[in-house]
Amino acid sequence: MKIAVLSGKGGTGKTLLSVNMAVVGDNTTYIDCDVEEPNGHLFLKPKGVIKEKVAVKIPVVDMSLCNGCQKCVEFCKFNALAYINNKLIVFDNICHSCGGCVLVCPEKALTEKDKIIGEVQKGVSQGTNVLSGILNIGEASGIPIIDKLLAEEPKNSQRTIIDCPPGSACIVMESIKDADYCVLIAEPTVFGVHNLNMVYELVKLFNKPHGVILNKCLEGENPAEEFCIKNNIKILDKIPFDNELGTLNSNALIAARESLKYKKMFSEILGKIVEEVQHEAIVNP
Amino acid sequence: MKIAIPVNDKSLENGICQSFGRAPYFLIHDIESKENTFLNNSAATSRGGAGVKAAQMVADNKVGALLTPRCGDNAADILRIANIKLYKTEGDSIEDNIKAFNEGKLSLLMDIHPGFHDHGGR
Repeated sequence: MKIAVLSGKGGTGKTLLSVNMAVVGDNTTYIDCDVEEPNGHLFLKPKGVIKEKVAVKIPVVDMSLCNGCQKCVEFCKFNALAYINNKLIVFDNICHSCGGCVLVCPEKALTEKDKIIGEVQKGVSQGTNVLSGILNIGEASGIPIIDKLLAEEPKNSQRTIIDCPPGSACIVMESIKDADYCVLIAEPTVFGVHNLNMVYELVKLFNKPHGVILNKCLEGENPAEEFCIKNNIKILDKIPFDNELGTLNSNALIAARESLKYKKMFSEILGKIVEEVQHEAIVNP
Repeated sequence: MKIAIPVNDKSLENGICQSFGRAPYFLIHDIESKENTFLNNSAATSRGGAGVKAAQMVADNKVGALLTPRCGDNAADILRIANIKLYKTEGDSIEDNIKAFNEGKLSLLMDIHPGFHDHGGR
């Protein structure tokens, strides 16, 4: 069972919910797909971490074979190649590693080399498997790292919590593509509604079963709740605006490990989500 | 010698474009014959690497200099290899800048920006 946690912006509680759900169940794997700024490991503090580099393919030219036809230059939709003064120039930082230039070269002057863009770290935190992806600063796309992370999920894992990057761009689509259920986490503000709507549209587009957790709830009106009711979106639970919870989280502690009260709270939330996933499996097998 | 200028329109009236890679047109001006040609910049709508493609186009037109308000680092790399000198334009007027170039009053463009290759910049 793969549960993805997402939101339209950062700071709504994706990692809070993900790490807490990851420690209350048995045999759980936590995957941090927010490869541009992974922070789940700061809470889970995994031990026995194994690091593995992630590389993409970049074209290299053999100028003794290149006849200057520029077919590769014309082919590249990202304009990563230029042919100037009888020399082919490759711009590694624009290349999207599609391999097309190598295929279209009639002289076989192009081959590919590896370019390291980041790494995957695997460790264990008190029985919870922890996988984190890290994209090197300056790299354009973390998608190859997310692919590697999702492929690395341990076979014996009963449940996987996918902590997604914020937003609804390609990198989030990649993170949720294999998810059985998407949990959208939202703040009780008008801005929160806008961000919730972004991920709501995404999960609808992907036809993913989904529900909402309302975070930081205060007394009084909650625009995010009103949005869910209006659009008939399942509200899974509400997390109150809670100083104690916020303080634990700010100190990089996992609330469910620190107090029975929070262990119970997050166990209940996880229970409701698991029930939803099983219900989905029966209704839409 | 020919020079290139990123421009907003196929005319001398509507000014210099603030972007090099995504300028809609390039003016190719021959400083000896005073002949003007406008090129459609096919890079203007590209998904990425507009500067690279635009620089390739400018280089293919065998110009000796580019007059532009700004230029990204990838495009600047190409222009350097193609031995095209970069001059910084002053103000929006195309004709004033051609005149200033002919009188040797334009300075070289030194502040090459790092580009906006991450899908729209941050």
